[in-house]
Amino acid sequence: MSRLRAQFVKEVLSILRDPRSRMVVFVPPLLQLLVFAFAATLEVRNVDIAVHDQDTGRSSHELVTRLDSAAFIREVHHVTSSRELRDLIDRGKVIAALDIPADFSRAIAAGRSGEVQVLVDGRRSNSGQITVGYLSTIAADVGAEVSSDTVPAAPVVVRNWFNPNLTYRWFIVPGLSGILALFSALLITSLSIARERELGTFDQLLVSPTSTPEIIISKSLPALAIGTGLGLLMMGAAVGLFRIPFSGSFWLLLASLMLFILSVVGIGLMISAISATQQQAILGAFSIGVPAVLMSGFATPVENMPTLLQWLAQAIPLTHFLIIVEGSFLKAMSPGDILASLWPLALIALVSLTMATLFVRGRLQ
Amino acid sequence: MPVNGVSTVTEGVADSKAAVVIDSVTKRFGSVHALRGLTAHIHYGRLTGLVGPDGAGKTTLLRILTGLLVPDSGRVTVAGFDVVDDNDAIHVATGYMPQRFGLYEDLSVMENMRLYAQLRGMDAARNAGLFAELLDFTRLGPFTGRLAGKLSGGMKQKLGLACALMARPAVLLLDEPSVGVDPVSRRDLWRMVQALTDEGMAVVWSTAYLDEAERCDSVLLLNDGQLAYDGPPGELTARLEDRSFRLEEVGERRRAILAEALNLASIGDGVIQGAGVRVTLRADARAEEIQALADRTRARLAAVPPRFEDAFIDLLGGGPGGTSPLAERLPPVELASDIAVSCRNLTKRFGTFTATDNVSFDVRKGEIFGLLGPNGAGKSTTFKMLCGLLKPSHGEAHVVGLDLRRATGAAKAQLGYMAQKFSLYGLLSVRQNLEFSAGVYGLEGATRRVRIEEMIDTFRLAPWLSAAPNSLPLGFKQRLALACAVMHRPPVLFLDEPTSGVDPITRREFWTHINGLARKGVTVLVTTHFMDEAEYCDRVAMLYRARLIALDTPDALKRGAAAPPLADPTMEDAFIHLVESADLTDSNHGERAA
Repeated sequence: MSRLRAQFVKEVLSILRDPRSRMVVFVPPLLQLLVFAFAATLEVRNVDIAVHDQDTGRSSHELVTRLDSAAFIREVHHVTSSRELRDLIDRGKVIAALDIPADFSRAIAAGRSGEVQVLVDGRRSNSGQITVGYLSTIAADVGAEVSSDTVPAAPVVVRNWFNPNLTYRWFIVPGLSGILALFSALLITSLSIARERELGTFDQLLVSPTSTPEIIISKSLPALAIGTGLGLLMMGAAVGLFRIPFSGSFWLLLASLMLFILSVVGIGLMISAISATQQQAILGAFSIGVPAVLMSGFATPVENMPTLLQWLAQAIPLTHFLIIVEGSFLKAMSPGDILASLWPLALIALVSLTMATLFVRGRLQ
Repeated sequence: MPVNGVSTVTEGVADSKAAVVIDSVTKRFGSVHALRGLTAHIHYGRLTGLVGPDGAGKTTLLRILTGLLVPDSGRVTVAGFDVVDDNDAIHVATGYMPQRFGLYEDLSVMENMRLYAQLRGMDAARNAGLFAELLDFTRLGPFTGRLAGKLSGGMKQKLGLACALMARPAVLLLDEPSVGVDPVSRRDLWRMVQALTDEGMAVVWSTAYLDEAERCDSVLLLNDGQLAYDGPPGELTARLEDRSFRLEEVGERRRAILAEALNLASIGDGVIQGAGVRVTLRADARAEEIQALADRTRARLAAVPPRFEDAFIDLLGGGPGGTSPLAERLPPVELASDIAVSCRNLTKRFGTFTATDNVSFDVRKGEIFGLLGPNGAGKSTTFKMLCGLLKPSHGEAHVVGLDLRRATGAAKAQLGYMAQKFSLYGLLSVRQNLEFSAGVYGLEGATRRVRIEEMIDTFRLAPWLSAAPNSLPLGFKQRLALACAVMHRPPVLFLDEPTSGVDPITRREFWTHINGLARKGVTVLVTTHFMDEAEYCDRVAMLYRARLIALDTPDALKRGAAAPPLADPTMEDAFIHLVESADLTDSNHGERAA
C-alpha cells in the first residue's frame, strides 16, 4: 500500500509540475469553452445588406423598414443603381443585396406575390444561405401582412425530435466532453512512462520491489481523476452555460465516463511503453487519437463508413461513449440502452489495460 | 606586457609572446559564477593542462578562448588577437575540439575530412598531401571508407583531432579529449599532442582526470571558477615531498586501517591501493601518529612519491574523515548464501552487435567487486542484466540466488541500484524524492521518518530539501542518488559509475561510505572508468570489447603487467597490458582461421 501511495503522489506531482503535462491538462478545456461559448456558431450576425429600391411604394417601404430594424443586420446600404449593388457585393462590403423591382407594391396590392431579387455573395456560401433564409422570412411577413387574406398553404412541417430547433451546440458540446477526456487521458498516460524513461527513473522503478500492475495502477489513477474531472467540467458547462437539457441518468453517465477513460488510459500506457522519448509518445498519441475521433461518429455517422471501418470503429472507446453521452443529454437514454454500449467499453478497458501491463513487462528485453 | 602577479614563465628565457593571455576574466550564467576573475598565460610549444573537476569552469574558459562566449569582464587575447574584437581572426588561428566533436556520423572518415577542409575554405589541390599526412599521423589510414558513426570512441576523437588540425592552427584547444576513449587510444592521443607541441604549437588539454595533469608541461588547476594553481605539475607535487606514505601489505585489514588513518588529525588524505593504504600528511604534520598506527597493526610504513591528486586534495584542505555515518548505523548484514551475485555465460546481443559476450563470475558476500573497462566495453549492459533490467540473450544472472527478472517484490528489496545517469524525479523536490524512495521500498510510519532523517543527516541534504534535484551541485546530486539507493538498507548494492564527474573530495567521501558498508557485510558491485578507483575493489573484472579479459585482485593484475621498464605499474598500465595481449590473441586466432 505504501508503495502504491508513494507512486501515486509522485505521478500527481509530476503531472502538475511538468509544464508539458500541465498544458495538456488545463489549456484545451479552457480553449474549447471559449471557442464554443463565443466563436463557433452557425448563426449569422452583424452582416451588412444593400438595397436597391426601384419601387418606393407602400410594401417596399415596409420591407426596407423591417430590414433596417432586423437584429441580425448591422447596416443597410441604400443604393441607386444595380451597378452599385454589384459593386458592394464584389468588394465584400455586403453579404447579400436586394433588388426591389418597380412593380413590387403593385403586385402585392393586386394580390399576386411580389418578387424581390436577392443577390448573395457565393464566396461566403454558408452564411449567405442562412442570410437568404432570414430575408425570405422577413419578405414573407411583409407579403402576408399586407395581404392578410391570402393565407399561404402550409407546406410539410418538419419536427426534429430531441433537438427541436436543431441547435448546433446541443449536438456538439456533449460529444466534446468525450473528446476532451480522450485527449487529456491519452496524453497524460502516454507521456508518463516515456518521461520516466527519458529521466532514467524507469529503471530505478523496475529494480524496486514495485510490481508491473502497481506501476500501471499508479499511472492510471491520476489520468482517471483528471480525465473524469475534465469530462464533468465540460458536461457542467453544457448544462450550466449552454443550457443543453440533460435528461438521462447522471450516475450511469459518470460510470460510463470512468470506464471510457480507463480504456483510453490502457491505450495511452501502451503507446508510452513502446516510446523511447516524450516526442515519440506525443506523436503516437496524436496518430491514434485523431483517427479515433474521425472514426468515432462524432463528425460523420459510423453507418456511412465501409463495413471494415465500421468494425474497426467498434474497437474505439469514443464510439461507444458518444452514443451514451449524446443519448444521456438529449433523449433520456434508458439504462438498458446504456448497458448495451457500456459492456463494449468494459471489454476494451480490460483488453487495453492488460495489454499495457504486458507491454511494460515486455520492454525488459 | 605580462599582467602583474602571474609567474607562469619558469624557464630561463621569458618569452614575451604568450599564445594566450587571460586577464581577470569573469563569466556568470544567471546566479552561477562560472569564472571568477581568472588571470593566466599559455605559451607556445607547450602542452598546458586545464585541470579541474566537472563544473570548475574548464569548458567555459575554452569557449571564451575560441570566441564562442563573450566574457562579462576582463580581456583575452589568443595568438595576438582579442577574442571579442578580432573574432574572425580567432577562428583561423585556433583549432577547437569540443567534448563531442561535430562529426557527421553518416559520412565516411574521408568525407568528413573533405567537408571540414571545404568549410575552412581550403584549396582542394593541396588537400591530398595534407590528408595523407593527417591520416598517417592519426593512424586512421586503413579506415578512410568507414562511416564516422561506426568508429570507436577513440577513433572518433582522433578523427576530430585530424579535422581540428586541418587549418594548421597556432593554438589547439582540446576539451576533455580523453573522455570515453580506451587507454590505448588515449596513449595515441598523447603521442600526437606531444608531436604538435614539439613543432611549436600551443596545445590546451582540458581534463577532469588528475593523473593526466602529471603529463602536461604546465597546468592551470581550476576549482570553482578560480585558479587554484598555475605552473608545472611537478612543482605542486613537490610540496608533498616526504608527506606521502604507504602502509604495505595490510590485506584484509586495509579498510579498517584506512578508516582509522583518515580519522587521525595529522592525516589529510588516504586511499586504498590494492593491498596497501596510501596516506598523505597534512602540511606541517609529523609522521608520528601514522607510524604508531603502522606499529600497532604491524604494517610496514614506506615513503612513496607524491601524486598530483594528493597535491590537489592538499590544496583544497584535505579529504573527509574515515568514518561513514551511513555504515555506522547499519546492523551487520546477514545473507543466506556466501555467493551474493553470480552470472554464467552471460551474453547480450543487440541485432548483430554483441554488447556482452559470455561473461561468468561470482561475487562473494561482503566483497567490493569492480567492473572496469572503457566506455562501450559492456559494463552497463552486464550490470543491467544482473539487476534484471535487460533480458540476457544467453546465460543467466542471479542476485542472492534469484533471477531478478522473475523475482517478487520482497526479493527485489535486497537490491540497491544507483544508475549511471542521474535518475531522480526532477519535478519533485529533494524531500519528495526521498519520500518516494522510502515509499516504493515499503518503508512506513516511524521507520520511514527515521530513515529519511538519517539520510538527510548523513548526506548533509538539509539545506536543499525543497530544491529541485536538477538544481543541486553535482556532488549533492550523487549524494541524493546514493541516499535513495541505500535508504532501505539493501544487502547488495549496484553502483553504476557513482563517481563519474564528481570532484575528488566527494569521490573520497563516497568511497568512505562504500568501504564502511562493505565492512558491515554489504556486497558492492561498482563500475568505474577511473582506473585508480579500481584499487579500492577486492577483485576487479576487466571488460574489453564485450568480453571479460581478466578477473583478479588489483595487485595481481598490476603484477601481471610488471616488466623491466615498468617496476611499479599502475592500474592503467595493467589495463593496457591486458588489452594488448587480448588484441594479440584475437589477431593470432584470426590468422589461424584464415
